[in-house]
Amino acid sequence: MKITGKVVVYNHDNISTDQIYPSPYGYIQDPGEMAEHVLEGADRTLKDRFKNVGKIFVTGSNFGCGSSREFAVIVLKESGVRAVIAKSAGRIWYRNAVNLGLPVLFCDTLSDSIREGNEIEIDFEKGIIREIATGSIHRCKVPGVFIMEIYKEGGIKQLMRKKAQKRV
Amino acid sequence: MHHLGTGTLNNLILLIIYFGMEPAEVNLMSVESNRKPKMHAVHKILAAAAGKEFVQPGEIITAKVDIAGINDVYLIVVKSFREMLGEKVWNPSKTYIFLDHNTPASDLRVAEAHKAFREFAGEQGCHLVEINEGIGHNLLPERGLVRPGEIIVITDSHTPIHGAFGAFATGLGATDIAAVLIDGATWFKVPEVVNVRLTGKPRRNITAKDMALQILGKLGPDFGIYKVIEFSGPVVGTLSMDERTVLTVMGTEMGAKSTYIKPDKITLDHITQRTSDSFTVHTSDTDFEYAEEYEFDVTDLRPQVALPHSVDNVRNVEDVEGIPIHQVFVGSCTGGKRHDIEIVANALKGKKIAPTTRLVVTMATQNIIRESIENGNYQILLDAGACITSPGCGGCSGLLGGIIAGGERCVSTANRNFPGRMGGSVDAEVYLASPATAAATALTGKLTSPDGDKRA
Repeated sequence: MKITGKVVVYNHDNISTDQIYPSPYGYIQDPGEMAEHVLEGADRTLKDRFKNVGKIFVTGSNFGCGSSREFAVIVLKESGVRAVIAKSAGRIWYRNAVNLGLPVLFCDTLSDSIREGNEIEIDFEKGIIREIATGSIHRCKVPGVFIMEIYKEGGIKQLMRKKAQKRV
Repeated sequence: MHHLGTGTLNNLILLIIYFGMEPAEVNLMSVESNRKPKMHAVHKILAAAAGKEFVQPGEIITAKVDIAGINDVYLIVVKSFREMLGEKVWNPSKTYIFLDHNTPASDLRVAEAHKAFREFAGEQGCHLVEINEGIGHNLLPERGLVRPGEIIVITDSHTPIHGAFGAFATGLGATDIAAVLIDGATWFKVPEVVNVRLTGKPRRNITAKDMALQILGKLGPDFGIYKVIEFSGPVVGTLSMDERTVLTVMGTEMGAKSTYIKPDKITLDHITQRTSDSFTVHTSDTDFEYAEEYEFDVTDLRPQVALPHSVDNVRNVEDVEGIPIHQVFVGSCTGGKRHDIEIVANALKGKKIAPTTRLVVTMATQNIIRESIENGNYQILLDAGACITSPGCGGCSGLLGGIIAGGERCVSTANRNFPGRMGGSVDAEVYLASPATAAATALTGKLTSPDGDKRA
C-alpha cells in the first residue's frame, strides 16, 4: 500500500483528543460541520491548510493522547486527511485510526526535517517514507500483517461485514 | 467463565515444587524455565482469555472479554453495530450501557442519543445504567462486578482504573466496541509491563493523587504508552481500594494501555463482600522481568499540583501558592469517591468557602450521595457553600455541570488538564490536585497547600 501527497506539518508533542476535536462538538452528526472544528484546540489554521496545502498530516509524539473519542479520527478523515505520520500516538487514538481505515505510520525523523507543502511517498509494507524533491529516505516501524489487513479492507467495519456475509 | 487458567495451574505446581525442592529439582526447574517464557499475571489473564498456554509481549492475540461497556457519548457504537450487520449482542448479561457522561440530558441532541440507547438496551436485553446512578467506572467495583483475572473493555479512556482489582481493563473506541458486541472478543497486542514501586511513609495530607502526580511529573505523560503499568511496593499495600483506583486511573494519563495492582486481602475482601461469583487470581512468575522499573520514595512528598496545560507540568503546591482560583471542582471517577468527599467535608466542616470562588461537588455514584447524607457530609458541604450536582462525568469531561469560561482557573480533583478540557475554552486553565488541596483552595479562593501553618 502506497500513498503519495503533500504534507501539512504541525511538529508539536502531546496533542490531545480534546484539542483535535473539543468535546462540546461530540454530538454533531454532519461531517462537513465536524470538519469545521478540526484541531481547533491546537491551531485553527490547520483546517484551511488541509484544504489548500496537503492531505498528509505530519506531527510529533503522543499524538491523540487523552480520551477514547473516535471523533478525533473521524474529524481528520472528514477534513480530507489521507494519512498521519507521527513520532508516536496515543494507544486508543491509534487503534481507532486503524479500525476506521486512516493509515498511520510512526517516524522519528520526518517531522523535524520536512517542510510544509513538500511531497512524500509512503510505502506502508516496507515502512519507508521518501521525500520526492530530495529523494531522502526515512525509515519507520512496519505496521504488521494484522494491521495491514484491516487497512487494505478500508477498516474494521468492512472486515466485519465480510465475516457476517460469509456466515449467511 | 471463571475457570482456573492453565497458567495459574502451572504456577501453583511450580510453587509446590519450590517449597519442597531438592537440589536435583532446582536443575529441573531451571531447564523448565529456559523453555517457557516468564509471564506476568496480566499475560496469564490474556493467555487464558485467548485460550493459549503462553503469550509474549508483541504477539497479537484474540481475547474473549468479560465486560463490554458503552457510555452515552458513543451512540456511534449502535450505528457501527448495524453497519457491521450485527443483530444480537453476543452476551447481553456482559454488556453495559452507561448513561453517565451527559446526565441528565443537557440538550436535545443528547436527549435523542439517550433515547436511542434506551431503545437499544431494551431490544438487546443488556444492562442499562440510568442517569441517576453514577459513573460506570465507580459503579462496577461498587457492585462487585470487577474481579481479578477479568478482561474489561469500555468506550472510555479511563477504563484502566479497573487494574486496581487485578483485572485487565482498557479503553476502546466505538467501532472497536461494536465489533466486540458481535464477537465477544477483540484483538490485543500483548503489552510489556512497567513496574512502579512506591516506598516510604507518606506525610499527613498526602493522598494517592499526590503520588500519581509525582510520578507524572518525573516520568511524563507517555512513559506507559502501549504498556501495562503495575503499581507495587509497601505503600500500595496500605492504600484503600478507593485510593488504589486513583493510581490506576491516573495510569491512563501516563499513557498506559492498562494497569495492574496485585490483589491482596484488601482487594479480595472488597470483592467477596459484594459477590459470591468465583474468579481466578493469576500470579506473576517469580523471575518475571519488567520492561522498565521505577521506584518512588513518598516519605518527603509534598502536596502536588499539575499546572495547565499538561498532566506532567507538576510542582509542589507550596511553591505556586496564591494563584487566584475561580472554581474548585471535586468530582469524576478519579476525585469524586467516598474517600475524596470525606477529605473535603472534614476540611470544610463548620467553615465557608471564599466568596471569590465557587465549589462544584459531583459525587461519583448515587450511593456515595446517600452515604454522605447519612453521615452528615452532605450538610457540611451545603453549609460551606458547595453546589452539589447529580452524579456523573459531566464537569470533568467538559459536557455539563461545572464548565469554566475563558480566562478562568479551576482546581480539580479529576484527571486531565489539556487545553479546552473543561468545556472547550482553550484559555481556561485546569489545575489538577488532591481533594485535600482542593478543599484548602476552596477556603481561601487561591491555590493553597493543605499543610497550611503546620508546614514542617
